[in-house]
Amino acid sequence: MTPAAQSAERTSHGTVELKIPGRAEWVAVARLAVAAVASRLRFSVDEIDDIKLAIAEACTNSIQSAGGVDAGVIEIICDAFENELCVVVRDHSRGHQLGAKVGSLAEGRTEELGVFLIRALMDTVEYTSDARGTELIMTKRVTP
Amino acid sequence: MDIKVNVRESEGDAYVVDLTGEIDVYTSPKVKDAITELIDKEHYNLVINLEKVRYIDSTGLGVLIGGLKRVREHGGSVNLVCTNPQIKKIFDITGLVKIFGIFDDEQSAMKALV
Repeated sequence: MTPAAQSAERTSHGTVELKIPGRAEWVAVARLAVAAVASRLRFSVDEIDDIKLAIAEACTNSIQSAGGVDAGVIEIICDAFENELCVVVRDHSRGHQLGAKVGSLAEGRTEELGVFLIRALMDTVEYTSDARGTELIMTKRVTP
Repeated sequence: MDIKVNVRESEGDAYVVDLTGEIDVYTSPKVKDAITELIDKEHYNLVINLEKVRYIDSTGLGVLIGGLKRVREHGGSVNLVCTNPQIKKIFDITGLVKIFGIFDDEQSAMKALV
């Protein structure tokens, strides 16, 4: 079962939805808002920092895939569960890169660094892209 | 959210770039401009001080990697000063600890340039 389907089966303790303009100056708003939601759960400070960075990378990816200028509207949906936060970042572009490997970084390739960080910092990452847009679904579990 | 960039000359032909604030997709062009300007003026030994940086993302890392690649083409080096555990962790998980010299204080970073 996918992380999104697992999350759908459980009862959310709260959902927060945010829409930001898909421009660089708004990414900080997204990461701070999601950090505020994460702080409602029992995440450590380090875990909240991980979530902040992952969400910022997802938004940055949306902006960069739109050419770095304006990605339209980026939607961020946070679902707070008992011991887990599920965050969906959705835009209306197609084709983010999600295949970074550590080896490529040492060779100087930086364009996939953000995706590599998302995968490293979050517990699950699910990605879909179709004609309507690109959706990144990430979950982070509270460390017992 | 902003980044403050201060460039100062140090020992030999080395330069120190002091950064204060957050480095993300919005602020990283300012950092890139400062590093590019130094390299364009043929200063190839740089210490980038991240002690007062609270946050860095992939675009910030990309700027540092780009600077390192350019100075290495001229036999130079970029060393970093970093004490923030969260930022150190990002360098660690991306494997960038293997390509940057990362030091706890400016003196050590400067000494390692020579």
